[in-house]
Amino acid sequence: MKLHIKNGHMIDPANGIDALQDVFIEAGRVLAVMPPGTCPPGFIAERTLDCAGLIVAPGFVDLSARLREPGYEYKATLESELQAAMQGGVTSLICPPDTDPVLDEPGLVEMLKHRAKTLNQAHVHPLGALTVGLKGHALTEMAELTEAGCIGFSQAEVPIEDTNVLLRAMQYANTFGYTVWLRPQDAHIGRGGIAHSGPLASRLGLAGVPVMSETIALHTIFELMRASRARVHLCRMSSGAGLDLVRAAKKEGLPLTCDVGAHHLHLTDADIGFFDSNARFTPPLRSGRDRDAIRQGLFDGTIDALCSDHTPLDEEEKLLPFGEASPGATGLELLLSLALKWADDYAVHQDGAAPAPVRPLVRAIAKITSDAARVAGLACGQLAIGSVADVCVFDPAARWVVNASRLASQGKHTPFLGYELSGQVMATVVAGHIAYQR
Amino acid sequence: MLNPQLNKHGELQHLLTIDGLPKSIVNHILDTASSFVGVSDREVKNVPLMRGKSVFNLFFENSTRTRTTFEIASKRLSADVINLNINASSASKGESLLDTIDNLAAMHADMFVVRHAQSGAPHLIAKHLIDTKQSHVHVVNAGDGRHAHPTQGLLDMYTIRHYKKDFTNLTVAIVGDILHSRVARSDIHGLTTLGVPEVRAIGPHTLLPSGLEQMGVRVFTDMNEGLKGVDVIIMLRLQNERMSGALLPSAQEFFKSYGLTPERLALAKPDAIVMHPGPMNRGVEIDSAVADGPQAVILPQVTFGIAVRMAVMSILAGTQG
Amino acid sequence: MPNSTDLPPATDRSPDADAPQYDAEALYRELLQQVAAGLAGASEVAIVGIHSGGAWLAERLAHDLQLTKRLGCIDVSFYRDDFAEKGLRFDVKPSQIGFAVDGATILLVDDVLYTGRTTRAAINELFDYGRPAKILLAALVDRGGRQLPIAADFVAASVTLPDAQALVLGRADDGQFTLTIDDYDA
Repeated sequence: MKLHIKNGHMIDPANGIDALQDVFIEAGRVLAVMPPGTCPPGFIAERTLDCAGLIVAPGFVDLSARLREPGYEYKATLESELQAAMQGGVTSLICPPDTDPVLDEPGLVEMLKHRAKTLNQAHVHPLGALTVGLKGHALTEMAELTEAGCIGFSQAEVPIEDTNVLLRAMQYANTFGYTVWLRPQDAHIGRGGIAHSGPLASRLGLAGVPVMSETIALHTIFELMRASRARVHLCRMSSGAGLDLVRAAKKEGLPLTCDVGAHHLHLTDADIGFFDSNARFTPPLRSGRDRDAIRQGLFDGTIDALCSDHTPLDEEEKLLPFGEASPGATGLELLLSLALKWADDYAVHQDGAAPAPVRPLVRAIAKITSDAARVAGLACGQLAIGSVADVCVFDPAARWVVNASRLASQGKHTPFLGYELSGQVMATVVAGHIAYQR
Repeated sequence: MLNPQLNKHGELQHLLTIDGLPKSIVNHILDTASSFVGVSDREVKNVPLMRGKSVFNLFFENSTRTRTTFEIASKRLSADVINLNINASSASKGESLLDTIDNLAAMHADMFVVRHAQSGAPHLIAKHLIDTKQSHVHVVNAGDGRHAHPTQGLLDMYTIRHYKKDFTNLTVAIVGDILHSRVARSDIHGLTTLGVPEVRAIGPHTLLPSGLEQMGVRVFTDMNEGLKGVDVIIMLRLQNERMSGALLPSAQEFFKSYGLTPERLALAKPDAIVMHPGPMNRGVEIDSAVADGPQAVILPQVTFGIAVRMAVMSILAGTQG
Repeated sequence: MPNSTDLPPATDRSPDADAPQYDAEALYRELLQQVAAGLAGASEVAIVGIHSGGAWLAERLAHDLQLTKRLGCIDVSFYRDDFAEKGLRFDVKPSQIGFAVDGATILLVDDVLYTGRTTRAAINELFDYGRPAKILLAALVDRGGRQLPIAADFVAASVTLPDAQALVLGRADDGQFTLTIDDYDA
């Protein structure tokens, strides 16, 4: 189909574009990017999207979104969650392997990819389990899984207790150049903890997860990286101390990237308030100082990408006492707004300081497009000529109030319920066809 | 976020924790309790305040002692009492906490006395009742996880007021497993709210939570140092489970360093009082000579506990939704 | 039939008084005279005052009748019938009955007798202490407006007042009683 996206302000960080540009799409790929008013010779558009006053960006790349298939279809379905992705402007998403059964067999991966493809919405890239059943003992058939479509290997939320197994897994992955996605979390320290270890958890009587759980795991992972030379992506950083270690490790030259969940960019343990289980996360929301370190880390590049950590949960799992509630929140439809909120806060923060080489809005978009794609080793997240035409058109100024009826996801729980946020997706294009339009 | 304990007029509608209660409300509860102390000495030990009201004791965690004192308090207020041990029934069938609450509220419950293993469970219930416009049903927290045991905290404050009168010149020490103790947390909030200038926590590092200083507490790991010149000693119960999980090596070793013996008691002021929420582990946290000695006020605590619970329940019952 | 007179005219009016004042001391002397006569020959007599005005009167009566060892006071807060509307008052005081109620002849004392509900509550409370042989009611002023079938045995004066006004008994530092009319703030 010939699609003409016109009059919009294009932000394509990977290609350095931050200007009014029209985009011409044919046969699912970007044909041309040209100033408004011009047109590739002979191009007759079959569909036109007039994006006056709107931003045209590459479709977002979400490094962590749970789809609940296979196994948890009663909680959410592929249909509802991919619809949520479309409404959130997410055109490529990576899903963790902690489904039921665990994604440790090529057949399961193929089935998931096939199902997603028939729905013709976001591109789904699964992570395979690093160990069989995520149990931390036996390695999975990583080559077979990669052939079936896995883009990396992960333990999801389950730390490997046996460091020897972790070492072997990293060595094996490195043999083929696969990236290992790990949550930096010690298996024992903070086990059973449900909130950030500190004065607030003590006052509320909530078992704590100390920052040490993250930093000890980081030290271990870095040592194993030095020994195995494996490439590692750290999932969901949560502390300032952890980010300091990452900064040093990157400086040392270790092949390392990391991400942070959008909720941890804005919230702290104080948001637990009177035991609000919507604020139950793993890793837990930490102190104000940790949150500020995360905001800075995203800005200075220590943190490579921002993800939604989308976890759809139903009432039964959230309307429980804090310690019994399942951690996580719905996120696909808030990713853009939360990224923009960070950009707005940083623009204000800038006052007096030397102007940034890249304005905060562009940096925010990069963190959910090109930078995220680079972490995942994918070609998406940018709109160079010849790229697959995944596009998100959004209104950065539109305000909306987060409530259950606005969300397509079956997960309605987020600590941002009732908040007014900026940034609304107006249209989402996947491989050249308009998959969603407001 | 609005404090779910207070209605829009600032009156107490649920008792969930002493943390965040205005001092005037704490004093109101203590003052009302002193009127109820005399009732138990009469021939007819009841007053008709809650006649026709139904109090449901919802104990998700077993406790015969606490449940019995709430039952006695309810009956002295002439209320009808229904006891529910939930672990035995619907929770094991998978009924959610809030579904259980809705079912019981539909049976015209007026008050829930709730004990639960999870910190924050009574808050969840209170919030649910407010959200579903059932705020004429009141919640009393009888102990939630490690978070709070406000009626125990209040009766401890009543006891201290009874023997010491003025809070503003006291030094109070809380000894033992503070990390896991909801009684300790409630006592700390009560003491700081009532203006006690020095609150001390004494225990080994493994049993002291982080952030105690932010709660206004001075921390000691040396009991002999910590007890010097103290007016009130609150001994906490050490549970057997603490011996596993690498928190403590043994009960004997705990008693050696943190047991309240007559020698240690002598380090405190000569008129210091010794308190314990019960039940006591003699020879683990407290020596029998001290527990049975003249400075112990542990049995009066129990008597005051009934009056304090009567005060709490009658104040709540009189608050409009 | 109680011996009552209309309220005596104010004598000690302070020059800038807004609220009319009455000679509470004169009323007390009238009440004491009636009570002394009425209790003559009774056995096991005790005096119980209702907080707070009735308690002050009871204290003075007990002193003047040499019954200080048989004096009690009660706060009827736990027996009121308006708990559901008004909740528990902020200044509940402990009731103290130091003598055996069983078989006693109790003089119940209140400052102002109005609807009769406070008296009803006080009687209920006394019966939770024991079974008195007899209860007699003494009030400084009866302002009518009864809503229950309650009558005082001894009354110093009767008066009618609009509903919006209250009669308030005060006690000065030297123990002298005052009686004033105030507007209701409750």
